[in-house]
Amino acid sequence: MEQCKCSTQIRNLTVHKRDGVIIHDVSLDVHHGEIMALIGRNGAGKTTLLKALLGRIPYSGSIVFTNPKGERVQKPRIGYVPQNMVFDRSTPMTVADMLCANLSEFPVWLGHQKEKRERANAMLEKVGGYHLLNKRLGSLSGGEMQRVLLAFALEPLPDLLLLDEPVSAVDRKGIEVFYDLVTSLRSEFHMPVILVSHDLSHVQRYATRAALLDRTIVVSGPVDKVMRSPEVQEAFGLKLAREVR
Amino acid sequence: MEFLYGLIDSLLPFEWTEFAYMKNAFLAILLITPLFGLVGTMVVNNKMSFFSDALGHSALTGIAIGVLMGVDNYLLSMLGFSLLFALCISAVMSSGNSSADTIIGVFSSTGLALGVVLLSASGGFAKYSSYLIGDILTVQPPEILMLAVVLAAVVLVWVLFFNRFLLTSVNTDLAASKNIRVRLVEKLFVVIIAVIVTISIKWVGILIINSLLVLPAASARNLAKSMRSYHFWAIGISMFSGVSGLIASYYMGTAAGGTVVLIAAAIFFITFALGHVGGKNRVR
Repeated sequence: MEQCKCSTQIRNLTVHKRDGVIIHDVSLDVHHGEIMALIGRNGAGKTTLLKALLGRIPYSGSIVFTNPKGERVQKPRIGYVPQNMVFDRSTPMTVADMLCANLSEFPVWLGHQKEKRERANAMLEKVGGYHLLNKRLGSLSGGEMQRVLLAFALEPLPDLLLLDEPVSAVDRKGIEVFYDLVTSLRSEFHMPVILVSHDLSHVQRYATRAALLDRTIVVSGPVDKVMRSPEVQEAFGLKLAREVR
Repeated sequence: MEFLYGLIDSLLPFEWTEFAYMKNAFLAILLITPLFGLVGTMVVNNKMSFFSDALGHSALTGIAIGVLMGVDNYLLSMLGFSLLFALCISAVMSSGNSSADTIIGVFSSTGLALGVVLLSASGGFAKYSSYLIGDILTVQPPEILMLAVVLAAVVLVWVLFFNRFLLTSVNTDLAASKNIRVRLVEKLFVVIIAVIVTISIKWVGILIINSLLVLPAASARNLAKSMRSYHFWAIGISMFSGVSGLIASYYMGTAAGGTVVLIAAAIFFITFALGHVGGKNRVR
C-alpha cells in the first residue's frame, strides 16, 4: 500500500445529507494512467462522489491527491466534464470567451489576447473541435459541447480528470471519437481518469479498472474481473448478459 | 468641477446645460449609466434581476434605520442594511432549502414593509416618498465624486475578477474544478450589486432602479454574440438611454428617472425585434 503510485486515495468517505446517508465508507484508489470506471444504478451516489472530489459538498473521511512524482498535491487541479451541462443557452458568450477566461486573468469582456486565443484554438483542435472558437456556446451540438468541455478541462493539465456520463448527449460516432481521445490522453500524459458511465459496453472497452458503487464500493478491480463478478452480474444482470454476447 | 462645467458649456452649448443642476445631473448620468450597464450584464446572466429589485426595496428599511438613529445622511445606514440584507439572502439561497424566487420574494416584502412601518411610526412616510422615484436633478458635486470613485472601483473589480464571475455564472461545479472559490465570488458580486443600488437609489428611485440595471443588459443580449459585444452594447445602450432620457425629461418637464427607463424599455423592444428578425442564433 505504501508503494502505491496512487493519484487519488479516497479513504472512508461518507456524505450525509438531510435525508440521510448518501454514500458511506467509500475507499478507492485511482492510479496514474488508468481509467477508473465508476458504475452503479441511479441513486447509487456516483455524482455525489464526484462532487465530494470537486470539494463541492461537505464530507467526512479523506481524499489525498498525489502527483506522478509521489508528492502530495494540496489544491489539485481537476478537469471536470459534467453530464449534460445545464447553463443558460441564450448567454452571449463564445467558445473563445469560455476557454480564454480559463487560460488567463485578462478579462474577456475587454477581448482576448492573441496568444491565448491561439492556445485555445490549439486545445480545440486537439479535441477535434475545429472551427468552434467563434461559435456561441449556446449554439453547440451535444458532441461539440463535450469537446469544448474536454478542452476546458485539460488546461491547465489536471491532476485528475472526472468524466460524468460524458457522452450521454453525443451521437454514436462522436462517442468513439471522444473515448479515443480520452484513451490517448491517458497514455500521453499518464493522467488518472474517473469515468462515470451507465453504458457497460463503453466501460468494458475503454476503462482499465472499474468499481461498483452502491452507497459504498461493492467491488473494485481490473475491469474484466469486476464485470464478471457476481455483484455486477446481479446489479446489471440482464444488461450484461446481452452485452457479453 | 469648474473645469467640467466649462467643458460642458463649450462642448454642449444648449439650453438644457445652462443650469448647474442640469450639469450635475448630466455628469451623474455619465457615471451611473456605464456602472449599471456593466454590472447589469452579470445580473442578467446570473438571473438575479429579482434579487437586485429586492435590494432596492430594502433601501427603505435602511433609510428608516437611519432616521431612528438620528443621522442626517442615510447613505451609511442604507449601505449597512442592504449589505446585511444581500448577504442574508445569498446565505439562505445557498443553503438550497427553498427556491430562490420564493426566498427573494419573502425578503423583498419584508424589507419594504419594515421600511414603511418604521418610517410611518417615526413621523410619516410622505417625507421619504421622494426616494420611491428619485430625483437626479438634486445630485451635488461631492456625490458626483463618490459616484466616480465607485465607478472606478467597480471597473477595477470587473478587470480583476470578471473571468471568475463568468465561469461561476456558467456552471458552479465547473468553476470549482478550476479552484475558483465559488462562494466567495458569489458574495463579492452580491456586495457589488448592494453597493451600486444603494448609492444610486436617491437619484434613480426605489421603484425604477432595477429597470436601469436590467434593461440595457437585456437589450444587449438581443444583439450580442460574445462577452465583448455584450458589454459594449449594454454600456452603450445604458449611456444612450441615460443621456437622451435626461435631455428629453428637461424639455418635456417629466421625471428624469422614469424617462430614462422608458427609453431603455423602447430600446429593449426594438432590439428584441431585431434579434428575432436577424435570427441571431444562426447568422451571428
